[in-house]
Amino acid sequence: MTGTPLLEIQDLHTSFRTDGGTVRSVRGVSLTVAKGETVALVGESGCGKSVTAHSVLKLIPMPPGEITAGRILWQGRDLVPLPPREMNRIRAREIAIIFQEPMTALNPVYSVGEQIAEVVRLQMRLGRRAAMDRAVEMLDLVGIPDARRRVGDFPHQFSGGMRQRVMIAMALSCEPQLLIADEPTTALDVTIQAQILDLLEEMKERLGMAILLITHDMGVVAEAAQRAVVMYAGRVIEEGAVDRLFTEPAHPYTRGLIRSIPRLDGGLGRHGRLQTIPGSIPSQYADPAGCHFAPRCPLAQADCLAAQPAMSGPDPDHLYACFHSPLEAPAP
Amino acid sequence: MASFLLRRILIALLSIIGASIVLYAVLALAPGDVFGELVSNPGIPPDVIANMREKLGLDQPIHIRYVNWAMAMLQGDWGYSLVNRVDVGQLIVQRIPATLMVVGTAQILALAIALPVGVLAAMRPYSLFDQIASTLAFIGFSLPTFFTGLLFILLFSITLDWLPFIYRSDLEQTGGAWIWAQLRQSIMPVTVLALFQAASWTRYVRSSVLEVIKLDYVVTARSKGLPERVVILKHVLRNALIPVVTMVALELPVIFGGAIVTEQIFRVPGIGSLLISSIMANDTPVIMAVTFVFACLVILFNLIADLLYRWLDPRIKLQ
Amino acid sequence: MSVGPAAEPAAPTTWQRFRQHRMALVGTVVLGLLLTVVLLGPLIWSVPIDTIDFRARLALPSAAHPLGTDDLGQDLLARLLYGGRVSLAVGLCAMLVAVVIGTLIGAIAGMSRGPLDAFLMWVTDLFLALPTLPLLLLIIYLFRDALTGLVGPEVGVFVLIIAVVGGLRWMPVARLVRAQFLTIREREFVEAARALGASRLRQVVQHILPNALGPVIVVGTISVAEAIIAESTLSFLGLGFPPDTPTWGRILFDAKDFLSIAPHWALFPGLAIFLTVLSINFIGDGLRDALDPRKVR
Repeated sequence: MTGTPLLEIQDLHTSFRTDGGTVRSVRGVSLTVAKGETVALVGESGCGKSVTAHSVLKLIPMPPGEITAGRILWQGRDLVPLPPREMNRIRAREIAIIFQEPMTALNPVYSVGEQIAEVVRLQMRLGRRAAMDRAVEMLDLVGIPDARRRVGDFPHQFSGGMRQRVMIAMALSCEPQLLIADEPTTALDVTIQAQILDLLEEMKERLGMAILLITHDMGVVAEAAQRAVVMYAGRVIEEGAVDRLFTEPAHPYTRGLIRSIPRLDGGLGRHGRLQTIPGSIPSQYADPAGCHFAPRCPLAQADCLAAQPAMSGPDPDHLYACFHSPLEAPAP
Repeated sequence: MASFLLRRILIALLSIIGASIVLYAVLALAPGDVFGELVSNPGIPPDVIANMREKLGLDQPIHIRYVNWAMAMLQGDWGYSLVNRVDVGQLIVQRIPATLMVVGTAQILALAIALPVGVLAAMRPYSLFDQIASTLAFIGFSLPTFFTGLLFILLFSITLDWLPFIYRSDLEQTGGAWIWAQLRQSIMPVTVLALFQAASWTRYVRSSVLEVIKLDYVVTARSKGLPERVVILKHVLRNALIPVVTMVALELPVIFGGAIVTEQIFRVPGIGSLLISSIMANDTPVIMAVTFVFACLVILFNLIADLLYRWLDPRIKLQ
Repeated sequence: MSVGPAAEPAAPTTWQRFRQHRMALVGTVVLGLLLTVVLLGPLIWSVPIDTIDFRARLALPSAAHPLGTDDLGQDLLARLLYGGRVSLAVGLCAMLVAVVIGTLIGAIAGMSRGPLDAFLMWVTDLFLALPTLPLLLLIIYLFRDALTGLVGPEVGVFVLIIAVVGGLRWMPVARLVRAQFLTIREREFVEAARALGASRLRQVVQHILPNALGPVIVVGTISVAEAIIAESTLSFLGLGFPPDTPTWGRILFDAKDFLSIAPHWALFPGLAIFLTVLSINFIGDGLRDALDPRKVR
């Protein structure tokens, strides 16, 4: 871990009340993001990673959503009890967010220039013209060709990749210190994905911001992040430096995730084919006493069903929640 | 824009022609001689009848008769009211302002009720406010206008004696007193129509806002740090209005139908009450003309709704 | 990566979803009561609808006349029960007319594609833009005398009103059926039937129509309410049923000039229309929720 933590999430719990009962999407997540670093938050869909990210900006719909416990420290200040008016001063100006679906994340009835200028005028107190100039500047910066002319175009006149660039331009227009990127490349073509990741990297260097990258794609993690936090069923089960995680994953679930990546060098793992993790993620209504991964875990033993393993490990820079980590045991 | 406008106007003209064909077909299919009644009416000179028969060319094939009739309408010759002894065109010009005033004011009032109520209900779905608003909306559009009108007269005119229940176009007052009297006599007809419309529009606005409010770009708007008021008014409502405009355009025929009933109850001298009195008096030229005017009004407001829709939704500008 | 669905509570059935709509249940009960009273009431309350009694003119509700009397001293309860049968029958028959015409036109348009489809949809849009009430009035004005001459005043007006009210209300059904056809015909099971060599008619009858049924039921339910309002409106304007057929709208028409001295005369038929229409609208809303799983509350 480098530098002082910009964002520190401590034991966050977020739940949703539904007709079928309370869904506990996030069940005690802790993570930190330091100045200027890229942290990946990884897991399957439904594991609570997006809810965690949205909780930071308090963008989950409340009701039915609710942050039931925990603290979200932003530069030492807890955001959870913050009134909406003060939260609005942090949004976009200090913490910005981009979403998975660039097709639907932009308002269809306003030009992209208007949508960027709107946030600039609000957060940077610029006039109408200056804000429009800023919009052109940002569009140019994120690589929209002919930005001056296209600033008056509407979202439907852009391709998916270009729209994600517009989203990035909008999110970065107030020079935030942290960008939350919620599956920013999932909806895009593979070639465009790499371009967007490169753009994010370039913007990060340029503006000196940190990125919290939400993704289910271990390939994206490997390419873009320095540190990774792996989530399963609403909890963090492993975290550490990315190269460490890839070379010696400690949690059986992380191992499964890594094995499921197709490799470009043609190797298909030991068994000669792409591996999947058997079983499916547990119900969000369920609340077992033991490790939530145990029902799918090849290494599960009786004690796994009795109690929840805590995050631990011999090295404080690489923590995992597993009683029988293969790292500690001789390889099977 | 110009070509779009041109195309829309062309479609509207085609619809007017279509409507006139339907109307004329109905008239032509009607059994018996429409003017048979008049022959026995000694008050009408035989040469007038002969003139009308010739103008309608009752002995010619139907499509020729239609073209003749349509050409006459086009030249502003809408026939002669046999009962009122005046040109039909003139009669309609006299009566139409009252109708447009009552219908127009009612629509504005209905919007002023439906927009805030629908939005507030959708912002807190299934809250107490939403449930009360939804129930009232259901009651509102299940109450036929003729019954609401009678209830209003019973309550505000007969029991409380606050408002006059007959609308007069020939108020004696002048100046401020005239405005006051005009206002007092307009309240009930306008409110009856407005409440009915507001009830169904509230539902449209509510369900449309409910759809839009969970879309991604609303989250984007919130992530910008915009106050909730701006998020709702600028990002949600603007989009939610697009389908509402379509629904309202589809309901235009109902709106004018409601106007006929209210005009009849409160004796508003508009084209709706003119239609009813002409039917009672067997005044066929006026009936045809008024029905046609209603069709034109619906098509005209459909055109306006189309333009509004286009202005609200930039996506269709490309097509 | 294998991601299975989490175990959710089992999907509720149509009836369970309908039952959750509290007002729809209330509506069903109220409509059921109204129907029972209107159908069986005359067996118990056997006062004739046209006994003129000037001594009991405009009487307020009493033991002899539970809902009072009109200006001729005729018993209002008996008239309301009789009129209710007519009003409800008109609503149901007009709905049937609308659904049959609409389904036919929608099915033809949905199956044919090409110019026939385009023409039928143009006609549908044209009819949607016609001012319904003025047109209703025009048609009734022009045809009433001929038809009553043919089959008598009561049946003539009944047939005419059903035909006209239903005939001007088929457009939403047609659009709906056509839209259902266009979506459903592309689904796999119709593809499968086509691959197995099912004939066109067989496709329609066996596979598409049952699936289009849900939305049509919803629109049909609502159109019963609309038809009742349309009939009442015509009668209220004095252009529907003759005075000796006391439909609810007709009673209101007769009562409106006595509002200041006999308000009960107008209130009871008005309430009957209102309650019926409100119940049907609530039932329609409940059915929409129940038959369209996408619109979950």
